[in-house]
Amino acid sequence: MSAVAASGASPLLAVRSLTKLFGSFAACNAIDLEVRPGEIHALLGENGAGKSTLVKMLFGVLAPTSGQILWKSRPVVISSPGVARRIGIGMVFQHFSLFEALTVAENIALSLPPGISLGKVAEEASRLSELYGLPLDPKAHVADLSVGERQRIEIVRALLQNPDLIILDEPTSVLTPQEADRLFETLAKLKAEGRSVLYISHRLEEVQRICDRATVLRHGKVTGACDPRAETPASLARMMVGSDVAAVNAVQVAAKGDVLLETRNLSVPARSPFAVSLKNVCLEVHAGEILAIAGVAGNGQSELFDALSGEFPVADAGTVSIRGRPVGALGISARRLLGAGFVPEERHGHAAVPSLPLSDNLVLARNQSDRRSFLGGGVLGIIRHAAVRLASQRISQTMDVRKSGEDPAAGSLSGGNLQKYIVGRELDRQPAVLVVNQPTWGVDAGAASRIRQALVDLARSGSAVLVISQDLDEIFEVATEVAVISEGRLSEIHPTTTLTREKIGLLMGGMHGRNESGEAAHAH
Amino acid sequence: MGMIEAILLTVITAATPLVIASLGELVTERSGVLNLGVEGMMVMGAAIAFAMTQVTGSPYLGLLAGIGGGALFSLLFGFLTLTLVANQVATGLALTILGLGISGQIGEPYVGVSGIKLPQIVVPVLSDIPFFGPVLFRQDLVFYLSITLVAGVSWFLFRSRTGLKMRAIGDNHASAHALGIHVIRTRYLAVMFGGACAGLAGAQLSLVYTPQWVENMSAGRGWIALALVVFASWRPWRVLAGGYLFGAVSISQLHAQAFGVGIPSQFLSALPYAATIVVLILISHNRRVTLINTPASLGKPFVPDR
Repeated sequence: MSAVAASGASPLLAVRSLTKLFGSFAACNAIDLEVRPGEIHALLGENGAGKSTLVKMLFGVLAPTSGQILWKSRPVVISSPGVARRIGIGMVFQHFSLFEALTVAENIALSLPPGISLGKVAEEASRLSELYGLPLDPKAHVADLSVGERQRIEIVRALLQNPDLIILDEPTSVLTPQEADRLFETLAKLKAEGRSVLYISHRLEEVQRICDRATVLRHGKVTGACDPRAETPASLARMMVGSDVAAVNAVQVAAKGDVLLETRNLSVPARSPFAVSLKNVCLEVHAGEILAIAGVAGNGQSELFDALSGEFPVADAGTVSIRGRPVGALGISARRLLGAGFVPEERHGHAAVPSLPLSDNLVLARNQSDRRSFLGGGVLGIIRHAAVRLASQRISQTMDVRKSGEDPAAGSLSGGNLQKYIVGRELDRQPAVLVVNQPTWGVDAGAASRIRQALVDLARSGSAVLVISQDLDEIFEVATEVAVISEGRLSEIHPTTTLTREKIGLLMGGMHGRNESGEAAHAH
Repeated sequence: MGMIEAILLTVITAATPLVIASLGELVTERSGVLNLGVEGMMVMGAAIAFAMTQVTGSPYLGLLAGIGGGALFSLLFGFLTLTLVANQVATGLALTILGLGISGQIGEPYVGVSGIKLPQIVVPVLSDIPFFGPVLFRQDLVFYLSITLVAGVSWFLFRSRTGLKMRAIGDNHASAHALGIHVIRTRYLAVMFGGACAGLAGAQLSLVYTPQWVENMSAGRGWIALALVVFASWRPWRVLAGGYLFGAVSISQLHAQAFGVGIPSQFLSALPYAATIVVLILISHNRRVTLINTPASLGKPFVPDR
């Protein structure tokens, strides 16, 4: 890496051929990495590339199998997160390591050295949170806070230890574009103070915007070190996935087909104090269309999915229609029998039973809609294993699902591969209507591209597709129409071509109410 | 001594073992471990305390032996569930059955032997207060300990740093581990505190409540203590209140019989469990209350991924 050798400054952190083996599988294979003082360094890679394993070793959560870590030019053994914090490494995890039952101040106090009173912690936390533009109430219980606020706790917690290096694991995956902008300002402040940031992401645009240098990982190995600003998104992506990512072939909107999925003034009261109520949601999806519902998590997406899929039927049957039939009061199986397919958000436990093999998961989802081919013995409903296995193989082949063995447990697949299987399970039926919630959440670029292409192909073959997504890249890639959900209200539906990221961002931040003020009556 | 004072005294004697055993289990559960072996640890404490008192002639040494015996017995549970990661529910039930068996063996020579009662400790001045004096300040050491323990555990859990760490482990052991908190070590200590408390509660039964050894003399109090933890929604002062409520209910069985009141005693002995179910329904109805009070990793095994 000549770029590194050319710079005179000695690196803050240097990693020399660091390796982590899980059994015979090398999650990290002879990784070299250098982070200089006062730089924002990106760690790029697909899911499963070894990014998380690498930073877990840097933070003392995992022990390396071999290799060396140099901190301020001295070899160190980071045996625990406590050691990492002591030498000056702070970390903000992707899945927050917060305690919901405790208050903000208690959460922060836990990571501080003993001997500091809770009152002092609260004071110091408020001071720091203001200084870095991260407003927080130290007395609030974490259970009551939004995801963005929880991330702020993590950042403040890391900052309280005055670290020289802060590791951020996929920090923007849970933020609105505006919240992300604020985070970038905070990072710029940290950089100006001479601190270094190791920024893990698979969002190329962000990396190009804020990072000084980047190290790219693939299959546990470093495949490149570069200045991201001197690269193009395509060249960065190539380093990440090894080959050019197939650009998704978008749907060409021809004449509009029949309305296959429709809601008319769909209102659903909140089921719990933490849920969002849906307010007069009106939408139509025509044959051949992909409607994307954009929005920040927790604004009614899961409630909308539940109402559309029939996981929680709604009181007024007429408010949801599939292929012209009112289905509001029907359950999931009845809706599936009408030709609809549904892919819920959580792979583990909702879309699939992790401990069961793929074939059993297939039967669980399609035992009603494919009764004839999967079940035999009349009322006895005996599973026809041969037929099921054949269908399972077909799905794996079509969606390029990489798995170990013929029919492994769903939980043993990587996130991307399981997601491909789950989406493929529905696509295999050629549903007339498909509703997908967060189709590529936490999925690597290759798998995401495969899934998106499959959705586009389905729409092209004349089905109506509704995609609920937080990923604007994804929305612009696949959707023909976009609507934004905010606090349970749905905006008007706009053709994708008339929208910009900024406009969607504003709508996501809660520019609803327009529909209600009467300026624009329902456009449809 | 008036009638009411006499009734209050019996309520206190009945409530004290419930409060102590329940408090120990509360600490164990706050660290995320569900030990269903309270009944077994309690009856072990009762047998060991009685035997030690008979051998040495000192009920105080008996008390200490009861505490130590309960803690040692819980160590077996800790080793099985924390080190060998055995299922906590099954292990806890096994511990109860084992405890009932072993305690019978230990106590066998002492069946029918009259015991030595733990002496009263009269607090000067305070014990002369009319009504309250004789009820609260002419008590045995275990009663004073029970009140001190409630205050101490409450302070420990909500004011001390170690207590905060323990609650953090109970809420999310993976995150606690990532913060460098010793999950397994803390849980061992919490389990042993629970065992020591159950042992102390058992010792109270055989040294204060009925100073003699009878097989299975814990008579289901360990299960009531378990129910009490949930009833108190994992809060120490509520354990005290609930313990006295349940103690009063169990005593009222006797008084009801004495006065010929027509309430079936089975109904009264079922009351603590019924009350616990009602409380469970009430708190699980409100997700926020559940999130903030229930140890979220309760009963889940922890294996560090190293």
